[in-house]
Amino acid sequence: MPKDGGIGASSKRREDLRFLTGKGKYTDDINLQGQAYAYFIRSDVAHGTINSIDTSAAEKMPGVEQIFTAKDFEGVGGVPCGWQVTDRHGEVMQEPKHPVLAEGKVRHVGDPIAVVVADSLAEARDAAEAVEIDITELEPVLNMKDALKDGATKVHDDLTSNLCYDWGFVEENREAVDEAIKGAHHVTTLELKNNRLVANPMEPRVAVAEFDSSTEEYTLYTTSQNPHVIRLLMGAFVLGIPEHRLRVVAPDVGGGFGAKIYHYAEEAFCTFAAKQVGRPVKWTSSRSEAFMSDAHGRDHVTKIELAMDKDGHFLALRTDTHANMGAYLSTFAPSIPTWLHGTLMAGNYKTPLIYVNVKAVFTNTVPVDAYRGAGRPEATFQLERVVDKAAREMGIDPIEIRRRNFITEFPYATPVAVEYDTGDYHATMDKLLEMSDHAGFDKRAEESKKNGKLRGFGIAHYIEACGIAPSNLVGQLGARAGLYESATVRVNATGSISVMTGSHSHGQGHETSFAQVVADMIGIDEQQIDIVHGDTSKTPMGMGTYGSRSIAVGGSAMVRATEKIIAKAKKIAAHLMEASEGDIELKDGAFTVAGTDKSVAWGDVTLAAYVPHNYPLEEIEPGLEETAFYDPANFTYPSGAYGCEVEVDPETGKVTVLGFSAADDFGNIINPMIVEGQVHGGLAQGIGQALVENCAYDENGQLLSGSYMDYTMPRADDLPMFNVDHSSITPCTHNPLGVKGCGEAGAIGSPPALVSAVVDALQRAGHDVTHIDMPLTPDRVWAAMNS
Amino acid sequence: MQLTDSRTIKADINTVWSALLNADVLKECVPGCQEMAGSPETGFEAVVVQKVGPVKATFKGKVDLNDMNPPNSLTIEGAGKGGAAGFAKGAADVKLEADGDSTILHYDVEAKVGGKLAQLGSRIIDGFAKKMADEFFTRFQNALEEPEDDEQETDAEEETAKKGWFKRLVS
Repeated sequence: MPKDGGIGASSKRREDLRFLTGKGKYTDDINLQGQAYAYFIRSDVAHGTINSIDTSAAEKMPGVEQIFTAKDFEGVGGVPCGWQVTDRHGEVMQEPKHPVLAEGKVRHVGDPIAVVVADSLAEARDAAEAVEIDITELEPVLNMKDALKDGATKVHDDLTSNLCYDWGFVEENREAVDEAIKGAHHVTTLELKNNRLVANPMEPRVAVAEFDSSTEEYTLYTTSQNPHVIRLLMGAFVLGIPEHRLRVVAPDVGGGFGAKIYHYAEEAFCTFAAKQVGRPVKWTSSRSEAFMSDAHGRDHVTKIELAMDKDGHFLALRTDTHANMGAYLSTFAPSIPTWLHGTLMAGNYKTPLIYVNVKAVFTNTVPVDAYRGAGRPEATFQLERVVDKAAREMGIDPIEIRRRNFITEFPYATPVAVEYDTGDYHATMDKLLEMSDHAGFDKRAEESKKNGKLRGFGIAHYIEACGIAPSNLVGQLGARAGLYESATVRVNATGSISVMTGSHSHGQGHETSFAQVVADMIGIDEQQIDIVHGDTSKTPMGMGTYGSRSIAVGGSAMVRATEKIIAKAKKIAAHLMEASEGDIELKDGAFTVAGTDKSVAWGDVTLAAYVPHNYPLEEIEPGLEETAFYDPANFTYPSGAYGCEVEVDPETGKVTVLGFSAADDFGNIINPMIVEGQVHGGLAQGIGQALVENCAYDENGQLLSGSYMDYTMPRADDLPMFNVDHSSITPCTHNPLGVKGCGEAGAIGSPPALVSAVVDALQRAGHDVTHIDMPLTPDRVWAAMNS
Repeated sequence: MQLTDSRTIKADINTVWSALLNADVLKECVPGCQEMAGSPETGFEAVVVQKVGPVKATFKGKVDLNDMNPPNSLTIEGAGKGGAAGFAKGAADVKLEADGDSTILHYDVEAKVGGKLAQLGSRIIDGFAKKMADEFFTRFQNALEEPEDDEQETDAEEETAKKGWFKRLVS
């Protein structure tokens, strides 16, 4: 029977009422008395030297408050990077300065050069037209391999080259991997690209900042997935504002997908300028600006080699990846192709030897950072594609070759430094084959053939590392922050509860699912619980939401805080019922004394805590409010089997996705409906990457896909009805809820399944096609068929 | 983006050459040109209003004539900034070849766009540039050639007034 409340119930998302009725309060809905508007003048060349900026005519234009350039930021720090990677030679990465406004050089189309602050946006834009900027264009650095050649033009003149780092993992395995590949029965090699993407949250970025001169306090309202991180980075590293004088609020946020994790120059600008001009300053990104200033995702070029014995057992895996960093290091950028990518290269397989090499490269493009999945989709894509190719080369069924190599014993320590706690990969594979009616495929393929279409089935099995992350571990890996999470559970006098969480909800439904957890633990109605997030002045220091970490890490902090609440409430209940604390039981919102009919309601205990007339004051304090910080012992390892069925039109090369099945193991599930929604969203974005999305630059570094005319987003008619299951459960062993996280899975597992399905369709029709780079647009598929 | 083409103009090579160096001719021939001032030696300052797909902008720019080898060849280089719309720049290698009473004008154009023009207009920019070049040389041809006898009656008066105006000016 489905539950109607608490953990495991498909409670309806309470936040949807305001979202669906247009009552959400987003950053752009915030307008402060007397606010001025900022308009950013951005570089329209990819690489150039700034000779002069003449603002004199623009300053005289109507409504102009002030025009800012790099000169105004001389005493201000650069936008910091939150992760320092050490390369295979023991050297730390090259880390260029990332100024708030371009200093001397522009390094990508969209790089901010100057900002006009004026009474209205229209006046700011008009004045921007009158700012004279003289730039001498330089040769742009675009191709990653060319960028690393001797004598290549440098993106940053003060660095020794365009190489950020040359990372080897695990460096000690390098020779053994080379040897194993040399002596193997068969080696499958695949070269591929993981296409550059633009995150495109529905709500573009916005920042509104004010400075109160009477209290010397700053407030920044911003579209962020992690307001505390923004406060820390901007306060400590950019503007030098102590935390107690800086409040950062991220109200309703219309989607993030990673692009709203990072601290951006526009946030620092508005906060800085608000004090300078003495009035609030607001900036709202246009969609065009979003394309050229939101961090992009993916953009890896990879060669992967898989060595096998004669039976298709994996012996060794070697990868060589160039990862595009763009022009500057975004907040988490260096960690994505390394610790969130190299560590996942074992996948679901017991390959004993693995070596991953990643060269991170600076280019004259928008900075690249995490996008839904962040490193793990890149790892999964190359691994699952090479496994698929290997199966076909070895004449082994792609399902069978996976089964033959699945890890079956847990915990399992991979050769790439992580330890999977639980999983059952055969179970998810079995479930997938059942869900997708794999047995009936041949019959369906016949039908397609009759209709002149080519049908194919592709499979992918993924592993991801979620619930990031153990602070002591990431500290060793170069993180400049801890990755714990926090929660304060404030029980009010009448028994209602406010939970202040350091996690942030921007579409994930935390307000519903987090309330379910606390309600379940205490045995009260979910409606008595309110989840408060997104305001540094209200919530304890927390690291925010990304990396499928909220329920695993934030939820665990909330469980710990609620456990403290329950422990204290039992003491109060014991006093009220004149019983021993050890005999008190909490069930369905009432405290009872074991073995008696004595009972006291939740509300009576909470009232006693705040009206402590009859209260053990000598033993415990009044009040009922507890905070917990939770730092995970390990990552969590969700996994799953994904199957994609496609039809290719041989006349046009058009791919139609007919069916998509996802059998996931997310550990325990709090709200099945929300989980299903998360998987649907992930699948849409993964299929979007595989089928239609692509961020393109021309040979001059001009961004060609700078609007929805040229950057294709997946639409409902590109997607089939999804077939989603998460009944294969192996609970996480190291967090109190046994949860693993589900936010990114769909985007991780789907691209290789789709590409393999198309390759399968073409091979079944006799075409010698082994790989097509994403997106699989009709022209690419047609070209592959007809080459 | 590159364009290579040629036109046969019914005028002698020296007339064609001097037309290419004339600010008034250039103003008349550059589509959307509002202002054109200067000389072949110092270059020309130009203001051009154009609409590329969804982007309409006023481009302010400079046109320089280089590698002049009268009356046989020259390079016309232009760069214009359109403010928030981005920029456009290009170079045309022009060669003139006498062919009896006519002159064959060969051109080889390379053009680049940047900023919003590239972001919004990339898929239409090639067609746009070809249209611009066609229009320029058609107007240039019209400025130099005598009106044809078999001209349609409709708008004939206006056409006659326009056609061959430069030739009448210099002859």
